[in-house]
Amino acid sequence: MPYRLDASSLQTLFENLKARGYDLLGPQRKDQAIVYDTLESVEDLPQGWTDEQEAGHYKLKRRDDDAYFGYVVGPRSWKRVFLPPRKRLWTATQKDGQLSLEEEPLPSQPIALIGVRSCEIHAIAIQDRVLLEGPHPDPYYAAMRAQSFIVAVNCTQSAATCFCTSMDTGPGATFGFDLAMTEIMEPEHIFVLEAGSPKGRELLADMDLENATDLQQAHAKAGIEQARQQIKRELPQDGLKDLLYQSFEHTHWDDIASRCLSCANCTMVCPTCFCTEMEDVTDLTGDHAERWQRWDSCFHESFTHVHGGSVRQSTRSRYRQWLTHKLASWLDQFGTTGCVGCGRCITWCPAGIDLTAEVKAFRDSERK
Amino acid sequence: MSDTHKPKLAVWKFASCDGCQLSLLDCEDELLAVAGAVDIAYFPEATRRMDGGPYDLSLVEGSITTPHDAERIQAIRKVSKTLVTIGACATSGGIQALRNFRDVKAFTSLVYAHPAYIDTLAQSTPIAEHVKVDFELRGCPINKAQLVEVISAFLNQRKPLVPHHSVCVECKLKEQVCVMVAHQTPCLGPVTQAGCGALCPGFARGCYGCFGPKESPNTSSIAQQWREMGASEQQILQAFRGINGYSEAFRVESERIEKRLHPSDDPKTP
Ligand code: SF4
Ligand code: SF4
Ligand code: SF4
Repeated sequence: MPYRLDASSLQTLFENLKARGYDLLGPQRKDQAIVYDTLESVEDLPQGWTDEQEAGHYKLKRRDDDAYFGYVVGPRSWKRVFLPPRKRLWTATQKDGQLSLEEEPLPSQPIALIGVRSCEIHAIAIQDRVLLEGPHPDPYYAAMRAQSFIVAVNCTQSAATCFCTSMDTGPGATFGFDLAMTEIMEPEHIFVLEAGSPKGRELLADMDLENATDLQQAHAKAGIEQARQQIKRELPQDGLKDLLYQSFEHTHWDDIASRCLSCANCTMVCPTCFCTEMEDVTDLTGDHAERWQRWDSCFHESFTHVHGGSVRQSTRSRYRQWLTHKLASWLDQFGTTGCVGCGRCITWCPAGIDLTAEVKAFRDSERK
Repeated sequence: MSDTHKPKLAVWKFASCDGCQLSLLDCEDELLAVAGAVDIAYFPEATRRMDGGPYDLSLVEGSITTPHDAERIQAIRKVSKTLVTIGACATSGGIQALRNFRDVKAFTSLVYAHPAYIDTLAQSTPIAEHVKVDFELRGCPINKAQLVEVISAFLNQRKPLVPHHSVCVECKLKEQVCVMVAHQTPCLGPVTQAGCGALCPGFARGCYGCFGPKESPNTSSIAQQWREMGASEQQILQAFRGINGYSEAFRVESERIEKRLHPSDDPKTP
């Protein structure tokens, strides 16, 4: 049964989460973008702001209302929480001929993720498969996932770069949350709240909220429907895997490579990309060594470095690997696609390369 | 421990501003450790000691601009077991390599009262064009943490951890907002090698390319992006013709742009 929370009482939800020991993370304005970072109070939310996105283009704009969540996804994704950009794994010290190893302690601070979009929940589920459900679970990832509380926000508007409808990943959240909220401005500014887990139900019970009326629920539904209607980008899935496998030697890869910067921005912003590199460092004396893990990318020459050189020398082969892995071989490897349609790689590509347009180019050339 | 057990370090200077050598002196925290780990045998900027070779590790700053320097670097190579070049001047010719695109004689006659006394080469060239270089550390100036890393790697006989990927990767690892996409500010980060920690984008400015071209730099594509953002051909030309203007990728792109700008001009007139 959905509940209602007055927009003016949003802080009480935050207080309830804090009282349960959670640190809050959520959207806020920084350097002309909306990014996820530590939230102290609702004051930190980008209330009254929205984002305008296109290939290689992002711009914040004022809204003409006071919506708290009237924008979509920005350059940071939640993977920063579970799979941080850089983290130390262990340190080794040599003293008097004795070598000692110290593993980095696992994180113990529970966190609540505020404003997780449906596509992002799907992205987390994909990373769960890779980093949690494989033969070698990542202990840090597992610890953070176990201690996280997810407050989803259903999208009531989409950006021009969104295509969750093609990927069946949004705009409304259907699983993987503790709480889901839909912000409505009419007939009054409230959140329609729903629990998705025992943790969420317990919290809602403690908050002692009124039920949402039928009208309020209808508005919430209409909001999500509006987001769906606004989505114009498409990435049709039928025959996509075969199309990409068959396009292995296609000349269109050269066309993409003439634009692609191999800068790796797309993989850094992608919420499903999980590749990391191990970095070993020593100090000058050689008595102290550390191993770090950091985000890596299939766009790097070093990514496929083996004895004698790099396997993927050309940008053509690297982009082909990225796109084909995301949309085709990921299915064979993990039983799911590697893309959730969030549009980040489209927006944050400095050259404005749009994977939906590139896939269309392959399709169109096939039809000819 | 007596100094004889420690590897002997020498620091050499060619045409440069001294900034990279200063990076070594600027390693406050690490300098004692460096001094403890190596025998600083020749470093005129820091010490009056001038011990003769051979040296285990030579750090070379600056580019080759005179006939005398062209001979000196040969002698230094002969007395150095490992030779590492540091900084944009040593690795790409530096800002003084702008002369390479023009006629240096015309410059000297404009600048000096008695140009006959000037004995300079037509080009400013990186050290690697003259002698075998074991490792090139980029940057203007170099990043002191990378310098300590290179020395650590040398001492511990491992590969230095100096990635060749883009500045964008550092920018994203630091979770900075992209100035190209969000501010419409032209940035060279996508074609520039990491090393600075994406310093300029962190201050809402575009990257100037201080660390030279990254591996597989698509300079034509970034030039096209700059164009679409409203940069003039002249601005794009100047962006590539900066501190690392004579590095191959940046040079080729700037020459391409120059041709667009002045299709019939003789590039050898200043
Ligand atoms: S590939 Fe692009 S659109 Fe798909 S999940 Fe990654 S960033 Fe989002
Ligand atoms: S892709 Fe869909 S779920 Fe994701 S932000 Fe856009 S509208 Fe929301
Ligand atoms: S600001 Fe520059 S360096 Fe940073 S991601 Fe954007 S293009 Fe790359």
